[in-house]
Amino acid sequence: MIGEHLAALQVVVPLMAAPIIVLVRRGAFAWALTMVVSIASLAIALALLVQVREVGVVSYALGSWAPPWGIEYRVDIVNAFVLVLIGLLATIGGPYAWRSFAAEVPEDQHYLGYAMFCLCLAGLLGIAITGDAFNLFVFLEISSLSTYVLIALGRERRALVASYQYLIMGTIGATFYVIGVGLLFLMTGTLNLHDLATRLGDVAHARPVLAALAFVTVGISLKLALFPLHFWLPNAYAYAPSVVSAFLAGTATKVAIYVLLRFYFTVFGKSEIFDSLPTQDIFLVLSVAAMFVASAAAAYQENLKHLLAYSSLGQIGYITLGIALANQAGLTGAIVHLFNHGVTKSALFLLAGCIWFRVHSLRFADLAGLARVMPLTCAGFVVGGLSLIGVPATAGFVTKWYLVLGALETGHWWIVFLPVVSSLIAVWYVWRFVEAAYFREPGPALIGIKEAPPILLLPAYVLVALTVYFGLDTSFTVGTASRAAEVLLGGLR
Amino acid sequence: MRHYLVLRVIAKLLIPFMMVFALYVQFHGDYGPGGGFQAGVIAAASVVLYAIIFGLPTTRKVIPDWLVETMLAAGVLLYATVGLVGILLGGNYLDYFVLGTPPAHGQERGIFWVEMGVGITVFGVMLKIFYMFAGRGREADTE
Repeated sequence: MIGEHLAALQVVVPLMAAPIIVLVRRGAFAWALTMVVSIASLAIALALLVQVREVGVVSYALGSWAPPWGIEYRVDIVNAFVLVLIGLLATIGGPYAWRSFAAEVPEDQHYLGYAMFCLCLAGLLGIAITGDAFNLFVFLEISSLSTYVLIALGRERRALVASYQYLIMGTIGATFYVIGVGLLFLMTGTLNLHDLATRLGDVAHARPVLAALAFVTVGISLKLALFPLHFWLPNAYAYAPSVVSAFLAGTATKVAIYVLLRFYFTVFGKSEIFDSLPTQDIFLVLSVAAMFVASAAAAYQENLKHLLAYSSLGQIGYITLGIALANQAGLTGAIVHLFNHGVTKSALFLLAGCIWFRVHSLRFADLAGLARVMPLTCAGFVVGGLSLIGVPATAGFVTKWYLVLGALETGHWWIVFLPVVSSLIAVWYVWRFVEAAYFREPGPALIGIKEAPPILLLPAYVLVALTVYFGLDTSFTVGTASRAAEVLLGGLR
Repeated sequence: MRHYLVLRVIAKLLIPFMMVFALYVQFHGDYGPGGGFQAGVIAAASVVLYAIIFGLPTTRKVIPDWLVETMLAAGVLLYATVGLVGILLGGNYLDYFVLGTPPAHGQERGIFWVEMGVGITVFGVMLKIFYMFAGRGREADTE
């Protein structure tokens, strides 16, 4: 009986946990329930992925109102993959959150923090699972609003400013998205994404559809921090509590990328609108700018979390590059990177949180000689860094391999060099950490500092291990991603 | 403001009617304009009026913070639970057809409880926002 309701439960379970946490008002209970809910989300997501592999598409009519009139939850291989990523990172973040919150958030706010985490989880899962354009907007707002609160929980007052910045930019993004959806509704009379796709074919050349495409693109690009629209991201990630940075870095922008994929390939895929527009070129240029400018900016940061955040912007460039290539290999690369980078960057942010937990600073000047007192943390960080660079046998390599293949397929040989050259910039910024941690004499700040506690280190190491594992055995990630790419490309004309 | 006799008397007269009107809007939402959101706001407005005339500390004694926070969460929980009942009775999530016979009656019943949840949450949220803004900078006096 439960099996047929999995799609609804995926969102409802974390959504219901939030008010229960607020009613009980106990930090320990809140943590325990968050843990249970995260594991349940992962289990449901995996079960959905298995179902989808067998039957193709799982469709769930909320309130038994048949789509396209009612809200439909529609799971195919693309969003099942995203759901698994969100569930995985929430589950890993759970044990870590216990000590992270204890160290960084005032105790009377713990239960509220966990309630927000559950709401954020519900919102992100909802964005990924829903097949309704307006329902997607509602979940976008749920996840965004809870994210603003989570970021503002950070221990420095600058977290408030960062959160406010994100609030303004995020609201503009959501507004643009909903304007776009409004225009689409005006032209087609439907909000169901699948139904939109079929109806848009008839009204392809009408100007409102063009405007809708523009609004949706800019709105979503704001949420996914595509290069010139990224200004909210670095501070938001840097000043949020460690576990929040790790969770958001792995999920929030990734879900936005999923929405972009959905709109570009499923909704607008069948309309003729792309023929007249240089969308691919625009994305290509912006991706390349992100890969180079943001990565170079990462190399000049003084704070480790800022460095990771700017590196995220560069890595998002790889994903959008894959989307711009729009062929089987390129899209596979983009979707694999969505997963691999989520895992890698989460691991790195968790390890940065370990460092902060002991050193209470993330400035490079204070990290000199860190590897002598925290060898495990630093070793894990280096492995994660290698994956950012894209060294073979790490998850990052798999992505670049497929991106290069995709670039070769398009025949533009010069694109092939771009990921390779931008990897050199990644070498540069990862080296800055290695140089500080391994090759400098420890300063007085590091006296008496021990390795991070196992409860923090273990979740981070699980993700580090996954980073290596997905670099060696790609049957799960690439297998799923290439099928997802097939589904998305199948939506094209 | 509590020294102004006229304001005090008029407010005391008005507040019960505002409350009743809120309930009317809440329960008449099925048949006419209205519903949980509007009802919650009207009910909260009556409490805000009370707070303006009689002061925030008195209001916080009448409707304490824990009650506000409980209402805020309980409404959402009520809404979500109605959805789960739909599953338990053999329908989909938020399926009201299975809540009664004939199905149209079930729809009515589902909407009734869902709107009740909305009303409670909106009432709680409005008061929470008001308490937070009005309480800024006077934490020291009250505690």
